Amino acid sequence: MNISILFALILAIIIVTMAIAVLVVKKIKTAVLVSGVVSLLASIVYLLLASPDVAMTEAAIGSGLTTIIFFYVLNKMRSSDV
Amino acid sequence: MFKKLFIIAIVAGFAVLLWSYLRHYSERTTLNDLSTYYVDNTAHEIGAANVVTAIVVTYRGFDTLGEVTILFVSASLIAMFLKSMGKEKSRNARPASLILVTAQKLLFPLILLFGVYIFINGHLTPGGGFQGGSVIATGFLLWLMANPEGHVPQNLLNTIESISGFGYVAAGLFGLILGLGFLDNRFMGLGTLGHLFSAGVIPVIYSFIGLKVGAELSNVLHHLNEIQNEE
Amino acid sequence: MELLTLQNISIVTAFLLMLIGLYGALTTKNILRIIIAFDVFDSGLNLFLVALSYMNNRVAPIIDATTGTENLSSKFVDPIPQALVLTSIVIGVGVTAVMLTYAYKMYKYKNTLNINEYKDARW
Repeated sequence: MNISILFALILAIIIVTMAIAVLVVKKIKTAVLVSGVVSLLASIVYLLLASPDVAMTEAAIGSGLTTIIFFYVLNKMRSSDV
Repeated sequence: MFKKLFIIAIVAGFAVLLWSYLRHYSERTTLNDLSTYYVDNTAHEIGAANVVTAIVVTYRGFDTLGEVTILFVSASLIAMFLKSMGKEKSRNARPASLILVTAQKLLFPLILLFGVYIFINGHLTPGGGFQGGSVIATGFLLWLMANPEGHVPQNLLNTIESISGFGYVAAGLFGLILGLGFLDNRFMGLGTLGHLFSAGVIPVIYSFIGLKVGAELSNVLHHLNEIQNEE
Repeated sequence: MELLTLQNISIVTAFLLMLIGLYGALTTKNILRIIIAFDVFDSGLNLFLVALSYMNNRVAPIIDATTGTENLSSKFVDPIPQALVLTSIVIGVGVTAVMLTYAYKMYKYKNTLNINEYKDARW
């Protein structure tokens, strides 16, 4: 198999592992960071699928702004539930 | 225990639906009719080099108008819910480090310039209004992190957002008045393919969308920064 | 082998992301984890839509000097799902921001993040 399919396979395995890690980790801060990593790796897969517009949008919005909005709200919730 | 079984039944049902799609899936070899029409006629009808831009702004322009409306409604909801109710205390935030403050003074204008470049060249290279607006909001976030208690020109952001939204609808109405149809782009000259001043009114529309999205997301970030002062 | 094409890998990844996001949104008790699971679900959905647009040995839909302007419908991938996904990503971030605002207001009202404590709308 050629190199791009191997690369896509490695990326797919890492993405699914990170998605399972979102449900399993104990702290909420780690879960937010891992969801940002899922968006970033999905943006690389978009580039392999020949769509540069979608890759740029997902990298800027999904991996940048969503994570920072989560952290702004998370800063105000300091209790034993979090 | 019954709740767990019910949840597993729902997820398993969803998985069966998806699997039955995947089983009969075969790749296509030719584009379907609508895509063939869009790809073949973009060069001489619309004049934009980026086919996705031509679809988003002209062929499916009404959906973009709906999307801008959804962003406006969600930004208004956030502004309404996070209005500060007095009861403020100073945050006593740790001042930002020297590296951050110095780098922000250099990088903030450059990031804004990059965002403006993305949405002005939206019809030639990959990019467009939404991407450029997000980059502008990210630059504003860098400024917010370096000056957590700085003064944000909220009136300026509101004015930019209102004028851009109004300009977008006005550009669409011009197409209607001049007899071509709502949000048609041919009432300005088409020019030659690949130049900056081409594709009719698409650069103007994308500039309005880019400024509007940038101002909106900056406003949301400013409100989220304001609630850190409360209580 | 024949099953391991780029499109098949992307579609299976997207389906797994959707299932994991849905399962996470239905089982966890913390409100913030529910919102994060919805974020994973959105990523999977957009990946599925873009994976439908890919065809082998074709390039991205941008006209420049190397593609020319003739016979374009045999050189480009499908541009329509990419336009739809552009809209979907932006709407996804708007909905996530509104959900987080609601979570903040709920926390200020009752000072807990466990969703079983909010019984006001139950039958």
